Order: sequence, then structure tokens, then C-alpha cells
Amino acid sequence: MTTKIERALIQKAFQERMDEDELMNCMRCGFCLPSCPTYIESGRQEAQSPRGRIALMKAVVDGLIEPDEEVERALHLCLGCRACEPVCPSGVRYGHLLEEARDIIAQHKKMPLPVRLIRKLVFAGLFPHQERMRKATALLGWYQRSGLRTLARKTGLLRLLPASFRQMERVLPDVPTAKEMKNRPHRFNPDDAVKKRVAFFAGCLMDTMFMVTNDATLRLLQLAGCEVIIPPSQGCCGALHGHGGEKEMAKELAKRNIAAFEQLDVDYIVTNAGGCGAFLLEYEHLLKDDPEWRGRAAAFAAKVKDISEVLVELGFHQRPLRVAPQTVTYQDSCHLRNVMKTAAAPRRLLRAIDGVEFREMKDADRCCGSAGIYNLVEPEMSMQILDYKMEMAKQTKATTIVTANPGCLLQMKLGIERAGLSGSVRAVHIVDLLLEAAEGAQAAQGEERIWQTS
Amino acid sequence: MIPNEAKKRLIQVVGAENYDDTKTGRLVYSYDATPQFQSLPDAVIAPRTTQEVAEIAKICNEYRIPIVPRGSGTNLCAGTCPVEGGIVLLFNHMNRILEIDEENLTATVQPGVVTLDLAKAVEEKGLFYPPDPGSMKISTIGGNISENSGGLRGLKYGVTRDYVLGLEVVLANGDVIRTGGKLAKDVAGYDLTRLFVGSEGTLGIVTEATLKLIPMPETKQTMLALYQDLEAAARSVSKIIANKIIPATLEFLDQPTLEVVEDFARIGLPTNVKAVLLIEQDGPKEVVERDMKKMADICRAEQAVSVQLARSEEEAEALRTARRAALSALARLKPTTILEDATVPRSEIAKMVKAINEIAEKYQVKICTFGHAGDGNLHPTCPTDARNREEMEQVERAFEEIFAKAIELGGTITGEHGVGVMKAPYLEWKLGPAGIAAMKAVKQALDPNNIMNPGKVFAKSTRKRVVVTR
Repeated sequence: MTTKIERALIQKAFQERMDEDELMNCMRCGFCLPSCPTYIESGRQEAQSPRGRIALMKAVVDGLIEPDEEVERALHLCLGCRACEPVCPSGVRYGHLLEEARDIIAQHKKMPLPVRLIRKLVFAGLFPHQERMRKATALLGWYQRSGLRTLARKTGLLRLLPASFRQMERVLPDVPTAKEMKNRPHRFNPDDAVKKRVAFFAGCLMDTMFMVTNDATLRLLQLAGCEVIIPPSQGCCGALHGHGGEKEMAKELAKRNIAAFEQLDVDYIVTNAGGCGAFLLEYEHLLKDDPEWRGRAAAFAAKVKDISEVLVELGFHQRPLRVAPQTVTYQDSCHLRNVMKTAAAPRRLLRAIDGVEFREMKDADRCCGSAGIYNLVEPEMSMQILDYKMEMAKQTKATTIVTANPGCLLQMKLGIERAGLSGSVRAVHIVDLLLEAAEGAQAAQGEERIWQTS
Repeated sequence: MIPNEAKKRLIQVVGAENYDDTKTGRLVYSYDATPQFQSLPDAVIAPRTTQEVAEIAKICNEYRIPIVPRGSGTNLCAGTCPVEGGIVLLFNHMNRILEIDEENLTATVQPGVVTLDLAKAVEEKGLFYPPDPGSMKISTIGGNISENSGGLRGLKYGVTRDYVLGLEVVLANGDVIRTGGKLAKDVAGYDLTRLFVGSEGTLGIVTEATLKLIPMPETKQTMLALYQDLEAAARSVSKIIANKIIPATLEFLDQPTLEVVEDFARIGLPTNVKAVLLIEQDGPKEVVERDMKKMADICRAEQAVSVQLARSEEEAEALRTARRAALSALARLKPTTILEDATVPRSEIAKMVKAINEIAEKYQVKICTFGHAGDGNLHPTCPTDARNREEMEQVERAFEEIFAKAIELGGTITGEHGVGVMKAPYLEWKLGPAGIAAMKAVKQALDPNNIMNPGKVFAKSTRKRVVVTR
């Protein structure tokens, strides 16, 4: 519940902080409606559409309504996928409005103690500290390897968890050990001549739970002719904070990353997670009111590029790539597509692999319902969206579903479980498939496995 | 306010889940795509059947509660803004295509069907539903019928009105009537079908429609003609028609519109010319090729600097999509975007384009113009800021003069957007007092308690007519 005082404070903050020009830029034409997953899944409820949400934010600013539970609900049910932005002829930056509104609500509302504790633990205690992320992942690894997981699943202990967490537990990847996570070099040379010098943004979750994918990314960069630098002082990108109403913390994380990268003389800062990449790209907006950092953020953001774009630029799709014959489909990462504007490059790479029959899935550009931690906090809507997604995936008869973001990858794995397709369909990150294809081609050529040469 | 008892009865009809009177629920149905209009309804109701709509009408008639039927809220005349409160009626549950009859070439649909979905469904059967309003991806058939929506193909194929064969309508007293049917000919009594089409929800609620379909044209070609002179482009339009060619599409975009559309769509539209015409023809291959060649020649003779044929259907579709985004793209320029809909006989289009520019100059306002030039239907659009009182007054004066000029040229105040609230003060300019009285008599007969979308079409007072001295 929001108290009357809280509502008044939130309203005042809306009036002070919301960008009125941006709110007015929405001319309510409704062109965004068909692109909005929650609008469609809710049976075309205007309150679950971008136009409706902007109208609500503006009404709070105008004093037409109070920011009550219903308003909050409408804003929270938004996936933040930003599919409404590329289709908006007026160019409304909905994502920025949503982020600001959520931050205002989170900062002014006294949440229940358990929620506050969890938020503090996750946002402040865990994600900003890479060594703690490693420890937590190592703990997860111990759970997975020690036999505890088998025990927990068998005894039904997991049933104590909410259904959404229980499902998530099933699809978590087998994680690396603490030692494996710690001993990675900070610089790699390309296999052949240096074509580009790049820095790698490793990410927090990607560099722990999904370290295999990060290693594959580094390997691909080497094959493509990149000298790769991984500055050790980088950390979490802050996207979860920014989207979850912890903007100040996000700013601190942004500054840390800018400082970690800005001295490096590199062509690109490469990312392999759409969610992180998009947030890095928006550091300039995040720090727009900070004269000291705004320019530095812009210079940083200008170098950010997704791995698939870098690979295409370096002609990776022209080298031999081969996998066993299979049908492949691609699920866009929303932020990779809608914010980083990267949609063609991954498809081009996939189509270039021998053995891949690429079939575009209907509504591949529609969110899968993962959306950061949305699938944990809004399981009902998330699963409704996921089930539609799996229907579309099934229609392609694909046996491999490719994604380009860790959240989407887990969600796809969950979808495969829910659809009863485990065993016949797999979900992979695009770089893992590309490395598989590069190795496959090399093996076919009778060369020695490339891992040994690195 | 809805009396408690009425609320109880309404909930009995539709169920509590389909009755929403929360502040949030009401707020998001307080507007449509028309700038500067917002008014909260008292409740929002989503009926599931015609029977439920009839029950709702009876209750509302008894308690004198206004009913505002609403599709997707994309109209541009504040037609679905609940200016007198009451209930907003949604058709989210009544959104099925009931039948596509390939023997009679008709489709029977519920009002909540999205226009593009219908177009695609009939296309799969080799059939064609031509009305294609700019917002067809979002708008509903019910909304199209109530507003008699036009579109890019109006020139050759007509507008929504020309494709409505029959309707099921719930009247204000709850009576359910059926008009017309799957008939090519039908003169049994007054043509109520035509009366309800374009009545903006002020006479009854459309709950089902039977629509005319035609065979899909065999081929289609698209081209762009580029001009350095606005009036030369407009003259080409009149010349094409005068040469007895009726293209499927003949759209006009001026330079400022091109710039914003290109900024959004990024498809390589020319932004260094003063105007372009987007021209399409469909039909048998020989006819299309012959017409396109003739039109290209006419454009060149009228000083088109270049005439380019679209190389693929993708390229053509990109051009059409870009054109549909024109209005919303203009919203990039300024916080408020005021758009008008003045329409003149096709022969007068060059005069109208000239007049619009002179009026913009006179009142010192920026006016961008695009529209269905082949229909004589232009959309002069003014990017402005509602917070700037002084400028808004200038904008209003400029548009009044545009209306007056359109009427003077034998035109009308609105070609396809409707009267709604926005143009109600000007309706009498077009119809005269006797015309208004005749329309009011119809309204009074069908809706004596004035519950059907009140405050629309008829204004409380008419604007003093400006005199055009040119």
C-alpha cells in the first residue's frame, strides 16, 4: 500500500523530474499498440500499452490522477522491452520515461521489510561486487555438483520455493568452479594479424554463471583477428539497477565502467549480452545531468558494439563454418534489437553456417517475457508471453533456438521445458553456436582442434 | 456519475471483470489521437455479445448515461473522447471475423476486428478489402465504420462507406436492427446502412457488419515523382485525373514532411526536393504499365525533376508505410501537432496548396502539408506547442481561414477524419442552418435522450465565419 503522504511525494517528484517535453511528444496515435506484448496478451487493455502508460505518467504530472496502486501496477507490468520505440514515428523515448517513473516510485515508497532486504542484498550487496558474484556462483556450483541438487529435487525440498523460482532452478546452466572463474588472463592476441583492437565488456552474470559463453566470445574475437583487452576494474553494467528503480546506484556503476575503459586505445568495446550492451549505450543519458561525466559517457558509448556486429564487420561469416544439419531459429534480444539496433548481423551469421537451415519465427522481435527479473516478479504475464513464443518457435520446427542475451537464453530453456521439448530442442547463445561451427569446420578440414593452439 | 443501482445492473450484464471504474481504467480511455482533448468517462465496459450491448443501452437510456463506443482510439476529431462522461464501450471481446463468403464476396465481422487483420485474412483467399486508413494496423472496423474512414486508396476504390453492405446496430432504446445484407441491390426503405456509416456513434452502436470484397488486383506498381515546385506537383495531380487516369494511390508530401518521415523510416526518401507524389496503379499488367507510363510523362511535362519506379514490392511497401507514418512523424518537430483535413474538388488542388502556403505566411505559422492529393483531400499540419497561447490563437485563425477557403473552392471542412468535437463549431459553415436542422431531426428521432456519444457533431455554438478576401 502507498500511504497518502507517499502518493503526494511521488506526485511532486513526477512533476519535478519527469521530462514534460518527452511526455508531450507522444501524440497518442497508437502506432505502438500492436508492438506491445502486454497490450496484446492482456486482450488489448489500454492501461497495458505504451500509449496508456505515458498517459498515466502525464496524468500524474498534470495532477489529473494520483499515483495510486493501479498506476503503479500498470507501470510494473511493463516488460521494458522497448519494442514501442522503433515503431514510434514521433520518436518518443519511452524507455527513459519508464525508467524515471519507476525510480521515483521505488525511491519514495516504503516497501515491506523482506522486499527491502532482498533489494539491498541483490542491488547493493551482490551485483556490484564481482568477487561476491564469483562466490555466489561457486556456491551454486557446489549445490549443483555436491549432490545437493539431486537431493533437493528428489526430496521435494524445492517445492518450498515459488513456482517461478522452482522452474528457474531447473534451467540454470552448470556453472564453472571458483578456480576457473579466477584464472582468466586480461589480454589475448589474435590467431593471425591484428585487424582490430577491442576491449571486452565481460558483465557480471556473463562472467560467472555464463563464463563458457564469455570464453567462446573471446575465442571468436581472436579467430576474427582481434587483440582483446579485458580491463579488470570493470563490473556490472547497472542495467538491473537502472530498470529496477535504483538509478543512483546505476550511475555509480556506470562511472566505474567508464573509468575502467576510457584510457584504453581500442576500436570497440564489445558486449555479448543485449541487455548490458543497451544499457552501456545509454550511459550518456543516465549521466546527462552530470557535467563531469556526460562527455566521457558519450565517448564510451560511441565505442560499444555487439559481438555479432563486430564479427560481421570482420568478415567472420565468410570463413568456413559448419555444424551437423539442423533447423535453427533466432529469438531477438529486445534491447539488442530495439536499443542497439542490431537485428541483421546475428541472422547473417547464422545463415552463413553450413548445415543450418535458418527459419525465421513469427514475431521473433516480440519479447520472450524474460525481461531482466520480470519472469520472477511477474510470473503470470511472463509465462503467458513465453507460451506464445514457444508456439511460434514450434511452428518453425527448429531444433536449435538461438538468442543473444543471458536472460533470454534462460527463458528459452524454461520455455523448452514447459513445452515438453527438452531432449529434442536446445537453446544456445549465438556465440556458442558460432564457436561450435568454427570448430566444426576446422575439424572437417582435418586440422587439429583450435582450442589447443590458443 | 453512474448511480449505484445502474452500476449494479450493468455489472449483472457484463460481469465485474468487464466493468472498470477505477481511476486508472478511466484515465486511459479519456483520450484518442486528437490533441488537446481529454475527459474522463465514469466507467469502461467491455461487452461480449450484441445482447449485452442492447441491455447496456437500455440501462443507459433509462438513467440517461452517455455511451461512447470506442475502437482503438486512433481517430483525429476527438470522436471517442468522452466529453460528457458516461461509459466508454470497448469491443475487445467482440473481435472475430465471423465469415468470409467466397460465393458472395462478402466478409461478416464483429466491430473489434483490426482493419489490417481483416485485410490479411481476405487476401489469403485472393480477395481485397480496399479501405486502408493510415492507422489500419491499429484501427478497428467498428471505428472505421463509425468514422467512415478513408485511406490511401480512396481515389480509385472509395472509402469505408463504399464497402459496407449491411449492419447490425443497437439503438439508443436497446432495439437491435439489421440493415442491408449480402445484396448487390436492395431498395427496401431508407438506406439506413449509409446513415449509420460515418455517424460517429451518435445514432447507434454497430455490433456487426457485412462488408463488400472485390477480387485482388493482379499486379501493382509504385513510383515517386519529385518536384522543386509545390504547385507543379499539385497541377500534375489535376492533370492526371483530367487525362482520365484513376490511379490506386496519388499521395502528396511536401519537403518538411519528407524530412521527418525520412528521419523516422530511413528508407532513403529524397529530402532535397520541395514535394513528391507517391503514385500507384493496380490491375492487369498491360493496363498498369500503360497508366504508369502516361502518368510519368504527365509528371515530367509538369516539371518533375525525376520520376522513379519502385524496384521491388518491399521498396513499394516501405514507401507506403512511410507515408502512413507522416502525421505521427510530424509530431517529432514540436510538442503539439494540429492536423486538418480540408478537402476540395480534385481540379482545385493546386489552388488549395497555394492558399495553404499563403495563409501560413500570413499568420506566421509553420504548416506542413501531405495527404491524399488525388482525392483533393489534404492534411495541412501545424507543429506547435499547446503551452504557447499566442501561437495557438494564430494557428486557430490560420486553420479557420483554410476551412473557409476550402468551402469557397467547393470543398468541405473534413474529408475523412470526421466532425467529432473538433470540427463541430465549423459544421454549419458547410451545411448551413437548414442542413444542421435536418441532421438534428434525425438525431432527435433515433436518440431522443441524447445518450449516444453526446457532444459530437453538433456544437453548442457555431464559430463566426471568417471572410476570405482573396
